[in-house]
Amino acid sequence: MTELDVRGLSCPIPVVRTKKAMDDNPRDVITVLLETVTSKENVTRLAASRGYKVKEEAVSGDYRLTLTPSAK
Amino acid sequence: MKALFLNKRLWIIGAGLIFGVFAALMVNWGNPPTMGICVACFIRDITGSLGLQNSVQYLRPEIIGLVLGAFITAFSFREFRVRGGSSPIIRFVLGAFVMIGALVFLGCPIRMMLRLAGGDLNGLPALGGLIAGVLIGIFFLRRGFNLGRAARGPALSGWIMPVIMVGLLLIAIFQPGFLHVSEKGPGSMFVPLAVALVIGLGVGFLAQRTRMCFVGGWRDIFLVKDTYLLGGILAFFVAALVTNYAAGNFAASGIYHWGFTDEPIAHTDHLWNFLGMGLVGISATLLGGCPLRQLILTGEGDTDAGITVLGLIAGAAIAHNLSLASSSAGTGAWGPVAVIIGLVFCVIVGFFMREGAKAT
Repeated sequence: MTELDVRGLSCPIPVVRTKKAMDDNPRDVITVLLETVTSKENVTRLAASRGYKVKEEAVSGDYRLTLTPSAK
Repeated sequence: MKALFLNKRLWIIGAGLIFGVFAALMVNWGNPPTMGICVACFIRDITGSLGLQNSVQYLRPEIIGLVLGAFITAFSFREFRVRGGSSPIIRFVLGAFVMIGALVFLGCPIRMMLRLAGGDLNGLPALGGLIAGVLIGIFFLRRGFNLGRAARGPALSGWIMPVIMVGLLLIAIFQPGFLHVSEKGPGSMFVPLAVALVIGLGVGFLAQRTRMCFVGGWRDIFLVKDTYLLGGILAFFVAALVTNYAAGNFAASGIYHWGFTDEPIAHTDHLWNFLGMGLVGISATLLGGCPLRQLILTGEGDTDAGITVLGLIAGAAIAHNLSLASSSAGTGAWGPVAVIIGLVFCVIVGFFMREGAKAT
């Protein structure tokens, strides 16, 4: 399980961080805490393109995405 | 999920097509050639209209429309969120260098595509430079480059730039005596205020919804092999090209022809077209978006983007007062020096700004 907090980081750093977490631990479930709708869309698009299942929830004004690799 | 993404992709391609058609037609309606919309040039023109430089002067309503269009859209979709404080002074200086690089080439990444769609092949070395700059930016991003976290801020700070835009709109409508307007050259060529404003508002809406970015599109194909944003750029280019042919702009009596020489508001110094746009590519990648995207984020309440826009304004004033900006005759006396200083600055920022960079 990898946890990322990319709130307040501007585009494209949330995507860069998520990608790095995916490359470092390809079989890990990754949770990403983020702030803007744009970052949420971008990270979701990256995850979908790499075959991750994406679960989205709202957390006190922010968003948490749970990315589960398809092989798991 | 797949259908949703296909749907989004169609949106940005549709937005790019609409933007491209209007960007081409606005030249036929009065804007300068291959400059239907150029965010850098138009911010520069506004700078002149307020007396901060006296080379090109016109208060372009397109810019006002872009910010206010994004502002209204962000509010409607509950995406207006005031945030800021991510190295504002570095963003200000990067913004100034984006403008300086753009004025050495003579256009922002949007006008670069419009120049290509108008047959101006000087856009090719510029495109090469832009991509090279983006690649250097990606190198820093992969090493952990980061200007630091932004924090939520009070509503008032997010309203500052939109309210300034409303003030500029009032100035454009009522034309007070202090307003400067060029009597000749690009500043004297413009579409009617209402047309410019409505198209600005419309593009502001489309760009806010689709996150269109004329630097991010090139960045994402290398950074994450994602073609979503590039789709918008290519659709914009194709639409502008087809519209130029349909409007007769490439006819014998038309305003455009294919080639390098005698292109409108352009010079043929390939090295500085390459390096000027290279500076735009690297600084905009470090900033996270092209000048258009900075305007849209400004409308969404991002005060770091607002500071960047102020940096663009400062860069325009510096470029024209200190002979950095190019003209049809070639580069300005000090343009090349300024581009090199800008590139050095970007490399220093790229190397030293990483999360966890020591606070002193």
